[in-house]
Amino acid sequence: MATVLFYILSAIALTATLLCVTRRNPVHAIIYLVHAFFALALLFYVLGAPLVAAWEVIIYAGAIMVLFMFIIMMLELAPSQELQGLVWSRLLPVVLLSLTVLGATFAIIAFDPGGVDGIPVYFATPRDFGYTLFKEYALAVEVVSFQLLFAAVGGYYVGRTDKKKGGRK
Amino acid sequence: MNDILITLLIIIIKLGLIFAVVLTMAAYLVLAERKILARMQLRYGPNRVGPFGMFQPVADLIKMLTKEDVCPAGADKYLFLFAPGLAAVTALMSLAVVPFGPTIEIFGQQVPQVVCDLNIGVLYFLGLSSLAVYGIALGGWASNSKYALLASIRGLAQLISYELSMGLAVVPIIMAARSFSLTDIVMAQESLPFVLIYPETFLIFFVSVAAESKRIPFDLPEAENELVAGFHTEYSGMRFGLFFVGEYINMIILGSMTTIFFLGGWHGPLLPPIFWFLFKVLGVAFVFIWMRGTMPRFRYDQLMHFGWKVLMPIALLDVVVRGGFMVWSLGG
Repeated sequence: MATVLFYILSAIALTATLLCVTRRNPVHAIIYLVHAFFALALLFYVLGAPLVAAWEVIIYAGAIMVLFMFIIMMLELAPSQELQGLVWSRLLPVVLLSLTVLGATFAIIAFDPGGVDGIPVYFATPRDFGYTLFKEYALAVEVVSFQLLFAAVGGYYVGRTDKKKGGRK
Repeated sequence: MNDILITLLIIIIKLGLIFAVVLTMAAYLVLAERKILARMQLRYGPNRVGPFGMFQPVADLIKMLTKEDVCPAGADKYLFLFAPGLAAVTALMSLAVVPFGPTIEIFGQQVPQVVCDLNIGVLYFLGLSSLAVYGIALGGWASNSKYALLASIRGLAQLISYELSMGLAVVPIIMAARSFSLTDIVMAQESLPFVLIYPETFLIFFVSVAAESKRIPFDLPEAENELVAGFHTEYSGMRFGLFFVGEYINMIILGSMTTIFFLGGWHGPLLPPIFWFLFKVLGVAFVFIWMRGTMPRFRYDQLMHFGWKVLMPIALLDVVVRGGFMVWSLGG
């Protein structure tokens, strides 16, 4: 049952992501990406991590994509036009990234004996998850949160208002 | 096999009951709002259809269903048609985790009065409420109208700002109940509702909820004097109806959440639990209507400043102080 669900959800996630990358209209692309995030969240749920599933929806689908949408609406971006020439320079990153991911996956399956066995079934309750996160990996969590703080301060610095010139914005 | 069938049947019956009751409640909430507002403004309100205007919602429904379904020129057709459904569905889906009462026994079966007691119930609610933004955003963007687009942008900014303080205001409650499950949160308030223990958290939560419901004094996305009718300007017929009903379902959901988090859920003396639950939810809804009859509208920059520079820091401080106090009182 879980295996069948896994393949259905993976198919949805992959299709939605592919559609997202190929759409010309930015808002349509966002909608497809949100679909992909949903499929991912359900995948996490099927794999026994309900808390991660909920965060995937709240943070990615509910906050980050909404911000993207907000910016697209503010700028009123028109559907992008066909670029002339330069086909290779645009295709190269796609090809490189695909090859890297495929290569890594192949390497894991071929050379790591643990890669074939699959993940042991485990259901992480929010309590277990929180305990592990803030007891065992407390330092890593703090480091990551400091990074977010740096990013926030950096963003504030970049977007600061010049008081000498007067006026806001 | 039989057990699975019975469980499935129970779930379907529960879903049917909830849909029937909540949709009827939403329809009559519209009538109640019109009546109460009218009384506050020294008018009678709708009183022509049936005794005391009781059949007004039915008349409204027939009108909306028979009206022409207009799709404006230049609109993004599919998203335009899809957005109202999204607004109503995200509101309805939250009902799956709302516990209406304690587990009861029917024909020897233990039946919990909740469709699904998720162990991440609070996050499920927060996730759906953050998705509800898409209904507004897409509705306004797809309409190909300046007013609708402006209203959508306002709505987006408002909802994501106040969701933060709403989420933060739930944190002390989760810490006190030690669970994300809504049933556990209600069970933790058996002796004393959380509103008496956490009055300031309740205040933060209630203000954020009022902003989430997009009603006066926070109805910037549909400010009539600036934006015609806001994000649903271009909608007509039942699609407008879906936006409208979705808003009232949302009011019921937010009332339910306020009841569950702070007002003790189904707990109350003498009367049956389900009655207490409905009574409290309708009480919160009445306060919403009351506010609409009393308050003026915020200006947009005031709204954003209040959300980010007042409510958010206070909510954060509340989490830190309450959390610190909890750790200290546990002796850890």
